[in-house]
Amino acid sequence: MTLQEARLCGLLLQEHFGEVVEKVGTHLLRSGAQNLRTIVHETGTPLDLVKKSLCVLMQHGACGFSAGRRGGPGGPVQEYQASGERVLRVLRYPRYIYTAKTLYGDTGELVVEELLQRGHMTMSATVKAVADRLTLNMEEGKSMEYGEVTEAFSKLVETHFLQRCPPVSEKTPATPSSNQSGGGGGAAPAGPGGPAAAAASTAPPTPESFPDCYKVPPVRLVGRGKRRRSSDDGGGDGEQRNGKKARVETEAHGDEGIYWQVNFERFHLHFRDQAIISAVASKLDQTSSEIVRTMLRMSEVTTPPAAVCTQALSANEIFRSLPPNYSISRAILDQYLTLLVDDPMEFVGKSGDSGGGMYVVNLHRALSNLARATLESVVQERFGSRSARIFRLLLRKRHLEQKQVEDFAMIPAKEAKDMLYTLLSENLVQLQEIPKTPDHAPSRTFYLYTVNQLSTARMLLQHCYKTVANLIDRRLFETKENKRLLEKSQRIEAILASLQASGADDEQLQEVKEMITAPEEQQLEALRHHINKLDSTENQVDETIFLLESYVNSTATASR
Amino acid sequence: MAGRGGGRGRGRTNMTFNLEDLGIGRGEALPPTAVKPTPLFPPMTAQAVPLQTGEEVEYMLALKQELRAACKTLPFYIRRAAPRKDVVRYSDKYHKGEPRDNTIEWSPDWSRLPKELCIKVRKSQRKAGPVCPPQVKAVKKSIMEKEEVLSKLETLEKKEEMAVNSGDEDEEEKKKTNEEEEQVEEEELDEEDLEEETDYIMSYFDNGEDFDIDSDDNIDEAVY
Repeated sequence: MTLQEARLCGLLLQEHFGEVVEKVGTHLLRSGAQNLRTIVHETGTPLDLVKKSLCVLMQHGACGFSAGRRGGPGGPVQEYQASGERVLRVLRYPRYIYTAKTLYGDTGELVVEELLQRGHMTMSATVKAVADRLTLNMEEGKSMEYGEVTEAFSKLVETHFLQRCPPVSEKTPATPSSNQSGGGGGAAPAGPGGPAAAAASTAPPTPESFPDCYKVPPVRLVGRGKRRRSSDDGGGDGEQRNGKKARVETEAHGDEGIYWQVNFERFHLHFRDQAIISAVASKLDQTSSEIVRTMLRMSEVTTPPAAVCTQALSANEIFRSLPPNYSISRAILDQYLTLLVDDPMEFVGKSGDSGGGMYVVNLHRALSNLARATLESVVQERFGSRSARIFRLLLRKRHLEQKQVEDFAMIPAKEAKDMLYTLLSENLVQLQEIPKTPDHAPSRTFYLYTVNQLSTARMLLQHCYKTVANLIDRRLFETKENKRLLEKSQRIEAILASLQASGADDEQLQEVKEMITAPEEQQLEALRHHINKLDSTENQVDETIFLLESYVNSTATASR
Repeated sequence: MAGRGGGRGRGRTNMTFNLEDLGIGRGEALPPTAVKPTPLFPPMTAQAVPLQTGEEVEYMLALKQELRAACKTLPFYIRRAAPRKDVVRYSDKYHKGEPRDNTIEWSPDWSRLPKELCIKVRKSQRKAGPVCPPQVKAVKKSIMEKEEVLSKLETLEKKEEMAVNSGDEDEEEKKKTNEEEEQVEEEELDEEDLEEETDYIMSYFDNGEDFDIDSDDNIDEAVY
């Protein structure tokens, strides 16, 4: 956990769960696995607050526990370790929710939002909560059927966007029971681990190592969403029915112990595919991006997440699976595929000639190219287009002497030297020494400039974390500066709302509105504008973070 | 030493590499040495690219702000309990919504968490059944003791019956685990009648202790 990552995690925890959780969380992130007493002692927080914070962190999957190495007199002591990566995901929540909305509509959006806010929930609890929320926004007298919400939930599970939480293994290795939760009407074993005998292994089992990860429990949820009414309204029959249902709902629905969480990896695969498709669309044209989209869709289920390239698809298959509104002839499809293969970005590669040509999408190479484009654009925006030219040159030619750089880039010597030294001081470019003589005499050594893409990407990733942390800091500062004004405006809005609800006339409303003076109004407007800008910037920096993180992770797994 | 003496004769400096390679020619003035650290906000040489705009961006911005606001209302936002005030005040009855350090506001699935993290769930939100019997009993005992001490301190001046009654009622309140809020409130309403803090009811009874209290205040002044 680097310094910048830890700082960003601390700020995110503070914003979402309060200062107490932030203190405990940052301590765990910085010090690794610790047991309860050490945490209490070192953070100086009361025991109960530490327990509460750990419960919150575990509810959201940011903390795990395992039996420690040191056994006390009462048996092995539990050690807790926090996962910084999971905390950083909080930054991406809006993107997840928006993706669910585009794929599965409002219902899917609310399901994902509920699960993200609550960490993990049972299916019945989620369905009820979402139905209630949807009912609130519907017209009077209408309410949302549980069946529709269950359908949206099942679709999300089928496409692996939601997954079951892995069952927690007890300290003593339980008898490895085979997972029969599907047949038992949903009463899943909440305690003992699966056949993987997770207690024996040191690495925490991934949710996918359990065979029932994506199995929807056969729960029968019948009912409609409840509309929470503060005042008595009409709609008698609906209320009657809901009233009766409220008492029935306290019964168990048969899926106790099966908790669902959002599958971030699947969302990340989706984002990666989206990035590749939009890159192809902007580099070539719409039809080629449709072809690539078809190829990625076909290989969604067959390609493992960490694969370097998708499974080989024959041109015949691609032709058959193209969307119906994209009716291009077979010959044109072949031409497009050839174009894609010949493109220097190397998104698509040809792996054979059977079946009209076997084509793969080079995932790792595509990510690498996207990361490279990001680095180049960073250099261009900060240092100018000529420095960017030098940077691109070095990326392409690997190692160059200073004289060669000047010649290839066609930039006068003095300026080239200046730019190179600026890039060197920013650590975007490295110097490689190659001695001619064993005594490494400087006058007899080659000094070559080079760019190492992976380490530069890592460095920029840390810069991005620092950027987001600074943005959050600045937003908190702005809010704190104008706290008085914000509180005043909130109070006035509350007064206005209550006046309108009780039916006041326009004069009174106008009077209340005039309680905020014009310069204060301007100040408020400027504050809102700043905060919106800062928030929006956080979202966009997170997109860059995603790209760079995917590239770094993909390189790490590819090289293993 | 011979080298140093020779160097003095030849030129200013004697370094292992050629100075001209660095771009500092002979006779050129070197840039002035820095005497303070670089500025905290160095002037920007290039303006940042403007942010993206569009429906998608606006929607995600709204989502982010809503999420942040919603987080504050969820039970997962842990606040420290306010420090105990010196006196028990009348308004404390109406500030019941404030968090207390030793209770948790939501009920997690305790089978998924290690036993040592078990903590009492806040009474107003408890649904069915005791949560963690051993822990709750221990906590309940301490609460009972505290309540007894407090109530005894409060009712030192009352008659013996009243002290016993309120002590009993406090114990009963803590023992009932599945009580609904209404019943608790009714009990507290009953206590109001018996506690000395509400003078309205107690004024029916005047035991004559207040008669001479004020007379001590005017010792120095003459009584007219």
